[in-house]
Amino acid sequence: MFWKSTYNELLKISAKPRSYIGLGAITLIICIILFAMRLDGMTYLSFIMQLFDQSLSFQGNILNGHLVAFIILQMLIVHIPLLIALVTGDLISGESAMGTIRLLLTKPISRTSIFFSKYLAGCIYTFIILLWIGFLALFVSKAMFGSGDMLILKSSGLAIIQEQDVMWRFLSAFGIAYLGLVMIATLSIALSSFSENSIGPIVLTMAIIILFTIIGALDVAVLDVVRPFLFTTHMSTWNSFFEDPLPKEQIMTSAGALLLQIAGLLWISIYQFNRKDILS
Amino acid sequence: MTFQSEKVIEVTNLVKHYGKTKALEDVSFEVYKGDVLGFLGPNGAGKSTTIRALLSLIKPTSGQIKLFGKDPIKDHQSVFSHIGCIVEKPDFYSYLSAEKNLQIFARLSGVEVKKNRITEIIEFVGLKGREKDKLRGFSNGMKQRLGIAQTLLHDPELIILDEPTTGLDPQGILDIRNLILQLKNEHNKTILLSSHLLSEIELIANRVVIINKGKTLVQGNVSELLNTQELVVSFTLDNVELAKQLLAATSIENEVINVNQNSLSIHVSNDNIPHINKLFCDNGLKVFSIETKRKLEDYFLQLINH
Repeated sequence: MFWKSTYNELLKISAKPRSYIGLGAITLIICIILFAMRLDGMTYLSFIMQLFDQSLSFQGNILNGHLVAFIILQMLIVHIPLLIALVTGDLISGESAMGTIRLLLTKPISRTSIFFSKYLAGCIYTFIILLWIGFLALFVSKAMFGSGDMLILKSSGLAIIQEQDVMWRFLSAFGIAYLGLVMIATLSIALSSFSENSIGPIVLTMAIIILFTIIGALDVAVLDVVRPFLFTTHMSTWNSFFEDPLPKEQIMTSAGALLLQIAGLLWISIYQFNRKDILS
Repeated sequence: MTFQSEKVIEVTNLVKHYGKTKALEDVSFEVYKGDVLGFLGPNGAGKSTTIRALLSLIKPTSGQIKLFGKDPIKDHQSVFSHIGCIVEKPDFYSYLSAEKNLQIFARLSGVEVKKNRITEIIEFVGLKGREKDKLRGFSNGMKQRLGIAQTLLHDPELIILDEPTTGLDPQGILDIRNLILQLKNEHNKTILLSSHLLSEIELIANRVVIINKGKTLVQGNVSELLNTQELVVSFTLDNVELAKQLLAATSIENEVINVNQNSLSIHVSNDNIPHINKLFCDNGLKVFSIETKRKLEDYFLQLINH
């Protein structure tokens, strides 16, 4: 019954026009970036490289697919949570708003199974979004700009990652980025289980992300205590896979923190969903 | 599946409070196999709350519910695979077609529902030819029909219909009534039917439960409940004044409650109607019509206003 319910949830997601807003927006943004890079990428790059002109000489294909993919990810990763929340925040509250929750919960399937089938469908949707970003950012970029060593400008200086070392870093970065996005999906589904309307959980998810991002960015000592507990702090960990040496401890801490918060939110959501009186 | 108890629904001392609001104070009733039970009450009486509690959509504050002799919360899967229901109004996924909606709910019905069963049900509720249309273009009546189709997909033993005629035009009401009668007569289903339309309930139900202010007022067989009560009977005759005098003089128990130019209405028991008629005829009065007004609606109104 769980798998049938998950299939239903995927079917519903695929039939909703809003599910394609994310894919469409991502495609458009990436196409604009690729087009801009194709036209004037070297000017953009020379602006960065002029900082090192006195000490370094660059040879080979610097404006390659790897660098373009990294630039795309940095620009895009901030906006993806909204696209995820747009669909996952509606998974439970949307049923309440439509009234279909009444029919759904009077079927011979437990509320926990319904919740998890919705959650799994949300995670699959999140994965598809990330996969699409990965395909466009990495493979289309490589097809357009070719391959090569990857240059990354950091606050500490310039990092050069050799070509044969790039792919696993991207895959790992996508892995931890996925965990971060699943955290967003979990948060919005958790809020969705408390709500009776579709918009509330989506707006609230974004409000929480903005609030946590601001707290994380404020350079105030008093906030140092809370910063490690904010999921937004750990969502940018995907960047760490492009550092040398790899900050393994930081990555593990972030992954652990995200997993713990996901588990905590899931527990709260299931508890709430199971005891909720359906009044809509 | 065979159940030992003939009681399909058993509700005992059901109480539901939302904070300080007492939605249900003491609701008790039974539904037996093969019953078509009319579940009646004025707005805010607690009908929908009771139905939601029956279907585990809300948790009762106290009291007991048994469906097929089982606890619907503990035995959710086994109990709900034998129930089809519409709660308040049949809401579906408007971005999907009628057929896709039915397929979605068929997958969750707990039994294997074949594709031809869906076609069969669509035809049964009169939606053939519209099954591929998205629900955005469906009228209320069509959605109600689809709601009934959804309840029948897995051939349930118990059907719970909460206000199935709400928002329908007279033709729609007639169609839904005929569908329910078909389910009762041809498919021998146990049906719990909540409705504001008492005349509909009177035509369909064999038993009724009336609740008000969260409490059960009465439950029983429709004909027995109505027969035990005094009726309001209107006689249309040629000489109302003489009729009044005869009624005042007779030993047959009656009470004149309304007099018009050609008719008078009296309170009288069902058994005494022929005697009153004979009294009029024997005294030379021409009786043109006798109309009993003691219908479910009168009984219901008298009960809730008491």
